[in-house]
Amino acid sequence: MNAPLHAIRLGIGRGWTEFLQSIRSTQDQGYYVFTGLLVLGYLFLRRNTEVEGTGLMVPSVALPSILGALVAFGVVIGPAYALAMEKEDGTLLRHKAVPHGLAGYFTSQLVLQSLGLVPQLLIVLVPSFLLFDDVMASPAGWFTVAWVLALGMLATMPIGMVIGSLVPSTQKVGTWGMLPVMVLAGISGIFYPVQRLWDWVEVLAQVFPMYWLGLGMRSAFLPEGAAALEVGGTWRTWETLGVLGAWAVLGALVTPRVLRRMSRRSTGSQVEAAREAAVQWVR
Amino acid sequence: MDHAHAISVRGLRMRYGDNDVLTGVDFDVRAGEVRCLLGPNGAGKTTTIEILEGFRVRSAGEVSVLGQDPARADEDWRARTGVVLQSWRDHPRWTARRLLTQLGGYYTPYSTPERPRPYDVEELLETVGLTELADRKIATLSGGQRRRLDVAIGIIGRPELLFLDEPTAGFDPQARREFHGLVRRLSGLEQTTILLTTHDLDEAEKLADRVLILAGGRIVADDTPAGLASRVEGEAQVRWSIEGERFTATAADPTGFVRGLFAEHGEDVADLEILRPRLEDSYLALVQQHEAGDAEAAAQMFTEVTG
Repeated sequence: MNAPLHAIRLGIGRGWTEFLQSIRSTQDQGYYVFTGLLVLGYLFLRRNTEVEGTGLMVPSVALPSILGALVAFGVVIGPAYALAMEKEDGTLLRHKAVPHGLAGYFTSQLVLQSLGLVPQLLIVLVPSFLLFDDVMASPAGWFTVAWVLALGMLATMPIGMVIGSLVPSTQKVGTWGMLPVMVLAGISGIFYPVQRLWDWVEVLAQVFPMYWLGLGMRSAFLPEGAAALEVGGTWRTWETLGVLGAWAVLGALVTPRVLRRMSRRSTGSQVEAAREAAVQWVR
Repeated sequence: MDHAHAISVRGLRMRYGDNDVLTGVDFDVRAGEVRCLLGPNGAGKTTTIEILEGFRVRSAGEVSVLGQDPARADEDWRARTGVVLQSWRDHPRWTARRLLTQLGGYYTPYSTPERPRPYDVEELLETVGLTELADRKIATLSGGQRRRLDVAIGIIGRPELLFLDEPTAGFDPQARREFHGLVRRLSGLEQTTILLTTHDLDEAEKLADRVLILAGGRIVADDTPAGLASRVEGEAQVRWSIEGERFTATAADPTGFVRGLFAEHGEDVADLEILRPRLEDSYLALVQQHEAGDAEAAAQMFTEVTG
């Protein structure tokens, strides 16, 4: 029996178990429902507002961008919190203490965080199809959705894992994870077109994968004509592929090193110190 | 290094910044032995055990655990060792049965006919007394029940060598007694070598084949519990007075000494006292001095008492 492969199989099983436990927990259900209602409420209120020069209503134009943002947010903040917490509470250390446990643990995170997107997307997508018209311009768009999602996830999840590995404590994920992601989401053309921002912000936004994830999703859902709203007036499909691909490669190179460094530093004393800090904090 | 020893440590040093935590530690642990690492808080017990577990990189010295250097040991070595961790809130949504099955799975490739790995989960749950609670969410277990689960996870891979760091911290007396029983069963049943740390002398005396006392970053005593006791108790102090004048003497055989005293002075001997120093007193003095901040003096004093 090949021990590393066996560990990866166990990791997939663990990710699946964690996913089932997550969708059965009222806390996680509450989170999905809350974000779902927030998005649908916004779209519903503006269902009759037309976006200038497209002949499309706000829900059609905004939905793909919002889906892109939910994916980026989910796979950055999700693993950032999970890793920060699980290196403090001893989950990571438990896996360090069993043979090939870390390979299994990181596999399970990959599986869990990817699966976590399914309910997140469904809770927005399904009602949107029932409530709004012109959500998906052509069925061929689903193919684009699939590759943009897959590549977008590979491009953004490493950012979350690196943040989770580097933050000194779970309470710092807000500052070092949430804040930068909010800023990036804010400038990434999800809420208004990047062209309306200052030039340097427009350039900065296009360095990060969030912008391209949103653009790719818009290219999947919207009709050809809507490309007129974008930078250069086209969907820039090859550029999307290129930038997301580059981030995915960078992630694949950097993340294992960062995770290894984090695991090396993980000790019982560190877990104990986190426990004491948490007790202090609650007081 | 020699293979009768599960653990062999020579000149182990650990330094954090300017702070020397271990200043040259030497000891061996024989295979199959239960060894206690005893010492006051801050004496370097946790640092020592974490170096041996391969979780912490030492500053200097030679360490061999099951024939490998833990700092560079491979996953096969990992499969032969078990670590009992002090968790506090991990896996709250898992059940004990599910978590043991999941973590035990990692040992399947390391199973051999002589040492089938992992343990049967039902059998292990029975051993640690968690059968009734096996399907409850871990978040709902009490502190003591959680710790028994920690032990079960530590031994699920049927380790040849088991590490326990302060396993009974926070236990009530009942839980502590049950835990001691569990450790004895483990060592008897599987010939598992066990290294555990504690700051409780009583616990060390009850569990260990040999006790190491760590203070001021070094080993101040390495002996069996009985040997330690007899070293301290070897010399008793005898006090008496003759016609108002007070005398003090130390004697290895106080009964014989006093017999001689009476033979010589007869009825003149008065105010006779024999003080037998006990291990507990010496250890408490060590702890007190250590906690007052004078680790070096504490180590020195204890070495003189037991030396």
